[in-house]
Amino acid sequence: MTIKEIQDSIVEEFSMFDDWMDRYAMLIEMGKECPIIDPQYRNDNYLINGCQSRVWLHAEKKDGKIYFTADSDAVITKGIINLLIKVFSGQTPADILAADMSFLDEIGLKEHLSPTRSNGLLSMVKQMMLYAEVMNG
Amino acid sequence: MNHFDINEIRKQFPVLDQQVYGKQLVYFDNAATTQKPLCVIERERDYYLHENCNIHRGVHYLSQMATEAYENARKTVAKFINARQAEEIVFTRGTTESLNLLATSLGQLLVNEGDKVVVSAMEHHSNMVPWQQMLMRTKGELLVIRMDKNGVLDLNHYEELLKQKPKIVSIAHISNTLGTVNPVKKMVAMAHKYGIPVIVDGAQSMAHQVIDVQDLDCDFYVFSGHKMYAPMGIGGLYGKMEWLEKMPPYQFGGEMVDKVSFEKTTFNKVPFKFEAGTPNVGAALGLETAVKFIQSIDRQEVEAYEDELLRYATEQLAGIEGIRFIGEAPKRNGLISFVIDGIHPYDLGTIIDKMGVAVRTGHHCAEPVMTFFGIPGTVRASFAMYNTKEEIDIFVKAVNKAAAMLR
Repeated sequence: MTIKEIQDSIVEEFSMFDDWMDRYAMLIEMGKECPIIDPQYRNDNYLINGCQSRVWLHAEKKDGKIYFTADSDAVITKGIINLLIKVFSGQTPADILAADMSFLDEIGLKEHLSPTRSNGLLSMVKQMMLYAEVMNG
Repeated sequence: MNHFDINEIRKQFPVLDQQVYGKQLVYFDNAATTQKPLCVIERERDYYLHENCNIHRGVHYLSQMATEAYENARKTVAKFINARQAEEIVFTRGTTESLNLLATSLGQLLVNEGDKVVVSAMEHHSNMVPWQQMLMRTKGELLVIRMDKNGVLDLNHYEELLKQKPKIVSIAHISNTLGTVNPVKKMVAMAHKYGIPVIVDGAQSMAHQVIDVQDLDCDFYVFSGHKMYAPMGIGGLYGKMEWLEKMPPYQFGGEMVDKVSFEKTTFNKVPFKFEAGTPNVGAALGLETAVKFIQSIDRQEVEAYEDELLRYATEQLAGIEGIRFIGEAPKRNGLISFVIDGIHPYDLGTIIDKMGVAVRTGHHCAEPVMTFFGIPGTVRASFAMYNTKEEIDIFVKAVNKAAAMLR
């Protein structure tokens, strides 16, 4: 699936819930299903700096595509990083760099986009984009 | 003086009467900042509506009135903590600035190369980092009073540290993470036996306890207005006059000078020599009003009410599966910190926020305390006189619901 198709399906899944609790329950579920980073990479070199919960992110390139794994000590944060992994993992660096991220507004996660928010989505997205940039070409 | 009446009190705090995410707000982040009563908001507003002026220099009417009001505020604060004279109160931006002032100025006066300073294991970063940075410059050493697993300071260890002849002791009156009320009067007396001055960080105590600096006999007492129903941007430093007179200025500029030429400057007298630049007059008047607000209600009744809130919250939370209180000192005040097995504080805080409950999660600017307990952070519920048992019930229900979601 393309990034756009995956985003659309996530938006569709989230739009089934009116209530924030169900949305968070879904994020928590996604947190529990996150493709977990190899323990050897669960160190400070792979840490995305945040104030409250820690997130580790690893990327590797295989056959021209990037595959991400991650972990966090907070399950909601893990859910958010897994959401991003679902969108970006298995895509080419060029496609990742060109991705439109407005789907995050549509699933009601905009509040996590604030740059001052601890472990904001924004720093996770930035880190993934950075990997894509480095691995591009 | 009025009897404590919770309904009357809550009317003074309109901010509490609002919904967040469609739920009634429960505000339990009072250790971070308290809400402001109408009288304080109106006082600061009135100042800007009718009285605004730069102080201490103008010959004109408004300036004289503003100067008088500002100096009266100093007197009110001095009386509130029983300072010997108004001049022993220096207005600052808050506790952090007061401590930086002391680390710089008292540090310059007392701390030479290789000297030591004592703090405790439960300090807020504001009462640790300024000393640490100062001691890095003087190649000195920060000595840390140990605490036990309940969050009680080890006074035998403190005595041992005092024997190493530190130049300054700086300790929290009430811990912002553990709620521990430290025996500061006793600790001051212990340090004075060795001739060592003591600074008490009163950020968490001013709103909750009657403070008598003469009774404590501390050399300095520092606090923030915004944690005691006053506006942000104002706070204070009490210092014994004999110290303030000896200490060098902290910042330089207008207001704090006596005579200036390009060759030499002489400085104004205490407290003005520590108040460089235009002060936050409006906030100082707000602080004065906040003090009068606290004084207008029977303080014993307020203390008893707040103690009961703490007792009730502890009792209600204790039933939650896997809960572990962080800080179980016999004498605690104002707040509860806890973790729940297998649940990250950030997750819990995020979920209960959605239920309208505002608490603080994280390390509360006291990372060494978290390291000591081996946890990433805590959930902290902190109370003020306007909180109620009904709010605690909502909070406990929210924690239970969130825990069920997160397990």
